[in-house]
Amino acid sequence: MSFLADNFPLLRDAFLTTLSLAVLSGLVALVLGTVLAAMRVSPIAALRGLATFYVETFRNTPLTVVFFFLAFGIVYIDLQFPSRFITAVAALSLYTAAFVSEAVRSGINAVPPGQAEAARAIGLDFRQSLSTIVLPQAFRTVVPPLGSVWIALAKNTSIAAGFAVTDLTAVLQRLANANADELALVFLAVVAAYLLITLPSAWVIGVLERRLAIVR
Amino acid sequence: MSGVNKWFGELHVLQDIDLSIDRGEVVVVIGPSGSGKSTLCRTINRLESIENGEITIDGQRLPEEGKELARLRADVGMVFQSFNLFAHKTVLENVTLGPIKVRKQSKADAEKRARELLDRVGVGPQADKVPAQLSGGQQQRVAIARALAMDPKVMLFDEPTSALDPEMINEVLEVMIGLARDGMTMVVVTHEMGFARKAANRVVFMDGGRIVESSTPEEFFTNPSSDRAKDFLSKILNH
Repeated sequence: MSFLADNFPLLRDAFLTTLSLAVLSGLVALVLGTVLAAMRVSPIAALRGLATFYVETFRNTPLTVVFFFLAFGIVYIDLQFPSRFITAVAALSLYTAAFVSEAVRSGINAVPPGQAEAARAIGLDFRQSLSTIVLPQAFRTVVPPLGSVWIALAKNTSIAAGFAVTDLTAVLQRLANANADELALVFLAVVAAYLLITLPSAWVIGVLERRLAIVR
Repeated sequence: MSGVNKWFGELHVLQDIDLSIDRGEVVVVIGPSGSGKSTLCRTINRLESIENGEITIDGQRLPEEGKELARLRADVGMVFQSFNLFAHKTVLENVTLGPIKVRKQSKADAEKRARELLDRVGVGPQADKVPAQLSGGQQQRVAIARALAMDPKVMLFDEPTSALDPEMINEVLEVMIGLARDGMTMVVVTHEMGFARKAANRVVFMDGGRIVESSTPEEFFTNPSSDRAKDFLSKILNH
């Protein structure tokens, strides 16, 4: 046990890094994904095309490749992120936004078309009808799929370990290499730390789902 | 509207429609299923676009989709067959949303007026419930109040009683008859012949995407001029 106590600051910092990677990327992906979903149902064909292109590109590219491109690829166009942490947030956000967009779009499609028609009939324009009538109802139906996207994101943060961010997975590698005799304990501690993020999330998602359900 | 044509793919749903409606007039559109009467109603506020022809409201041509069209739609009340109340908002919010978001009224003014309208259609006590807690008849009366809150120049009713249980039809028709008496300009697509007799200034009979006959209710029900209308009336009035 003294082994864990000795390495507690390292594990705690790694936990906070993983958590902030997930939360920051989650927020950016939620906003970007919602904008993309709105673009995909917009009456303007160019916006629809652009959003479809984005979603298909990022949904079908391995996350590691996205990381690789942002970490090393963009140097060729004279770009560089200020830190490796921000590079990781960017990669996770851009990648996850594609999945958020698909979840939100399925929610938009699940809102009966009469809702948007009624909104247009009282004189709301496309943007108002989307933001006040369609999206609020869409979000309630997409809590479960968005929850899955969030949990996948929390675990996907581990790719950052391969790109020099000291997250839980990086610390797992470091401690396991240095302490072969404590391997089981190292694994246990790191897995517990991941569960500390994902299990409460699953619970919160369940509560949200019940609380937001719309009676029709 | 003049020379209006619309196709759904191969199907020519509206064929050379010419129709003009005067201020304060109540026009009832009847006809068999698939005759294009609902589509006709929905083209008036451009929920359905048309391929050619012209539709003008109060001298203004229907604009393309966008801010201009939204402004015009605000002046055209619409009541749907399936009510389409906003499911995530209370009854009161359903009625105040348009006045606040589109007419930029203050929340207090909009709520005061909304409560008056809800009382007028007889659902005042339900103001703080959500739509799913109301009966179909109550929901449809809220939908009428929601449309009235915008002070529309004309009201469109697309089969407003077709989704209702028989005992709820009258409570909705009563409200509509009241509106007609107060001088509201109305276009009503319906199968309620009683309403047509009682409240309409004119009956428009459609079949196969065309206006076959247009006359007073008196004339239409006692002495229809077309065979198609005679046939239709004999089928629905003989029970």
